[in-house]
Amino acid sequence: MTSRVVHSTRASRIGMSVAAVLILVLLTVPWWGDRATMRLLVEIFYILALAQLWNLLAGYGGLVSVGQQAFIGLGGYLLFILVIFLDIGTIWTVPMAGILGAVISLPIAFIVFRLRGHYFAIGTWVVAEVFLLGFAQVKALGGGSGMSLPIAAIKSIAASRADRDATIYWLALALAVAVIAGIYLLLRSRYGLALTAIRDSEEASRSLGVDNFRAKLMVFILAAFGTSAIGALIYITKIRITPSAAFDINWTVTIIFIVVIGGIGSIEGPIVGTLIFFLLREPLAPYGTWYLILLGVTAVAVMLKAPKGLWGLFSERFDIALFPVQRRLLLGTDDKPG
Amino acid sequence: MSLLEIRNLDAFYGDFQALFGFDFDLEEHETVAAIGANGAGKTTLLRAITGMVAATSEVLSYRGESIQSREAADIVALGVAMVPEGRRLFPSLSVEENLVIGGYSGRPGRWSLERVYELFPALRNRRSVPGTALSGGEQQMTAIGRALMSNPDLILFDELSLGLAPVVVKEIYEVLPVIKAEGTAMVVVEQDINRALEVADRVYCLQEGRLALTGAPGDLTRDRISAAYFGT
Amino acid sequence: MIEWVNSIVQGVLTGGLYALFAAGLAIIFGVMRLVNIAHGDLIVLAAFVAMVTIETTGVDPFVSMVAVLPFMFFFGYVLQRGILNYTLGDDLLPPLLVTFGISIVIQNLLLEIFSADSQRLKAGPIEVSSVELVEGIELGTLPLIVFVIAVALIFALQIGFSRTRLGRAFRATSDDPSTARLMGINQKHIFGLAMAVSLVLVAIAGIFIGIRTNFDPALGPTRLLFAFEAVIIGGLGSMWGTLAGGVILGVAQNIGAKIDPGWQFLAGHIAFLVILVLRPNGLFPRTRDD
Repeated sequence: MTSRVVHSTRASRIGMSVAAVLILVLLTVPWWGDRATMRLLVEIFYILALAQLWNLLAGYGGLVSVGQQAFIGLGGYLLFILVIFLDIGTIWTVPMAGILGAVISLPIAFIVFRLRGHYFAIGTWVVAEVFLLGFAQVKALGGGSGMSLPIAAIKSIAASRADRDATIYWLALALAVAVIAGIYLLLRSRYGLALTAIRDSEEASRSLGVDNFRAKLMVFILAAFGTSAIGALIYITKIRITPSAAFDINWTVTIIFIVVIGGIGSIEGPIVGTLIFFLLREPLAPYGTWYLILLGVTAVAVMLKAPKGLWGLFSERFDIALFPVQRRLLLGTDDKPG
Repeated sequence: MSLLEIRNLDAFYGDFQALFGFDFDLEEHETVAAIGANGAGKTTLLRAITGMVAATSEVLSYRGESIQSREAADIVALGVAMVPEGRRLFPSLSVEENLVIGGYSGRPGRWSLERVYELFPALRNRRSVPGTALSGGEQQMTAIGRALMSNPDLILFDELSLGLAPVVVKEIYEVLPVIKAEGTAMVVVEQDINRALEVADRVYCLQEGRLALTGAPGDLTRDRISAAYFGT
Repeated sequence: MIEWVNSIVQGVLTGGLYALFAAGLAIIFGVMRLVNIAHGDLIVLAAFVAMVTIETTGVDPFVSMVAVLPFMFFFGYVLQRGILNYTLGDDLLPPLLVTFGISIVIQNLLLEIFSADSQRLKAGPIEVSSVELVEGIELGTLPLIVFVIAVALIFALQIGFSRTRLGRAFRATSDDPSTARLMGINQKHIFGLAMAVSLVLVAIAGIFIGIRTNFDPALGPTRLLFAFEAVIIGGLGSMWGTLAGGVILGVAQNIGAKIDPGWQFLAGHIAFLVILVLRPNGLFPRTRDD
């Protein structure tokens, strides 16, 4: 068990430099990459950002939500509502969906925060189901069969298809970078310390004067903000929305598997998990359900044998942290039944 | 062969070590008092015997059989019972159910519900109320009765008098000779030194996780005990 | 007017089935504070096990219980001792994420083996028979039988908890696991038995789903939500609370469906959320704190 006081390490400085170079290279993709590559990268960016946000919730905030698809779908529907009924510029719906998602997350938090621990997880899922079934009832939004983005709204992004693709690409890249940087800065701040304290021991942190409720609420709202904004972006790329796809539990399934396999409770973990997910998905896509079964079995095995995930194994072995934030202190685990 | 033999015991709570190279012996039918200040390691000793805390040792044997890293439930089945600190009655079980569950491991022996009620007549009328509805003294009686129901050869009492009124403590201590007369060995962890010395054949005095002093009560002077207790 | 009464009566009958889903969830939560996200998928698994049993032996769905119940009992015990016991501790994440993973694995294995087609367990002429209570209220014989069995099982569970040695061990472990170990109660074994009992209830529920409605591999998650909602509405005080929770949920869904078919499940979820806001500890909470 290592405890760190120093944030900056040699590995982290190298990591930051590599990240900076990588971002610069990724910025240039629209000038040399083909359309398929860009589409794949956009998907990687938004899944990575979603995974980071879920990791913030569960890995740091202790809020294991199984209902984040509520905000993905909400963001998607906000895109359509803002564009079609309020004539907002398509790109501008992304930050607006984020803000509105954060506002709507408040009453949701009021309800689901009444459920403690394990029950919170399923409570969030119920909320997502309510959104799914509720949006399916709204005739103006196409009911259960959903709706498509008007051509004019798509054209408003940019005149040519290449420019549109590039704009969406940069937007997705910007979101992913902003989410990772934001979480990194948050965790290194005073709030990050409070979050780590809560995760390690709710009671101890309370006795230290940390306001658990406020800290958790803040994390919940931040995750809702980010997830809703990403939801709007996702449906800019998809153009068509249906309630059953937008509020699909499989969004959260994918995210959870990525975070668990990569390593929960670290910023590197979701990055590793996302890379593994997409690397394996390409060759295993023809096997469909077997790929999900494989992911499920892997996630169970990782949770049992290496609860800090693949990144946890790697960083413990080589004592490396690319994004060093306060680490978790492991206390007595000898009382576990087996 | 001693009933309980412990050599070089280290016990841990996570990274915190509570006992250091501790040696301990207990003969059949013997009553031993373990005394010491808060945090001296008395409770940890009992928890190590019952397999409730992470511990390593050269020898940790009961009737010559190693109980190192045995499951708590198995150790109880061998005839070791515990009266835990704070009584720890089961709130959703009635007094009688609390007693009955003490005999869960099904060890045969002389103790029965009827005999426990004879020992503690006060419990008989309260048999169907929840354990937590009892007074502190009655709760302690239930906890002792619960331990007796497993027909143990060894009972570990943790902080027997803690939080009880003096008159109740007296009543509880009057029961110990009855239990002893059945041939049951006892380890009594106690902060009330005088009480402990009254019943004990031998005393172990712990200090910061180590053995500070041991001997028969008659052989130990007050000064030596308080020196061992307070570490002066 | 009579149609509304009918909706409520039908809802009560459905609620019995929901209470069965919920009872299994409530037991394992009570004994070991585990929320099993795979609960709904295990119900569907049991229905498929029954289907295979019926297809290979040609027995009636009710008779298939002779094989399916012991199978699920064994399955539950092994699942708990082989996997889930290793996830229990102070950290909430491992049990949640492991049961979540198991849920996805079961769902997709069923999908791979049995395809996404809807299935049904055929119970014969009993499926279509009914009794007329008063004019306008007709009770299907099958839903009625399911309801009666569900209530009887809840009653038996309540008795089992309060009167048997195993029931005492369950309650003691639920109250205070470490002191329970000092009573000679083998915690791992008790947890295994709790999951085994839970999956017997799951097996019965699965077979009842199979004969009352269609089922397919994707049905699990919604059944988990119904079970969960019934448990929370009921309030963990007793099995009777769970039965009440199931009935309230069933009635809410049927009234919703009466207003608009699209509102069936929505109405159930909303009823749950409203009760959660008004009575966070459910309608029949435990009297003691924990």
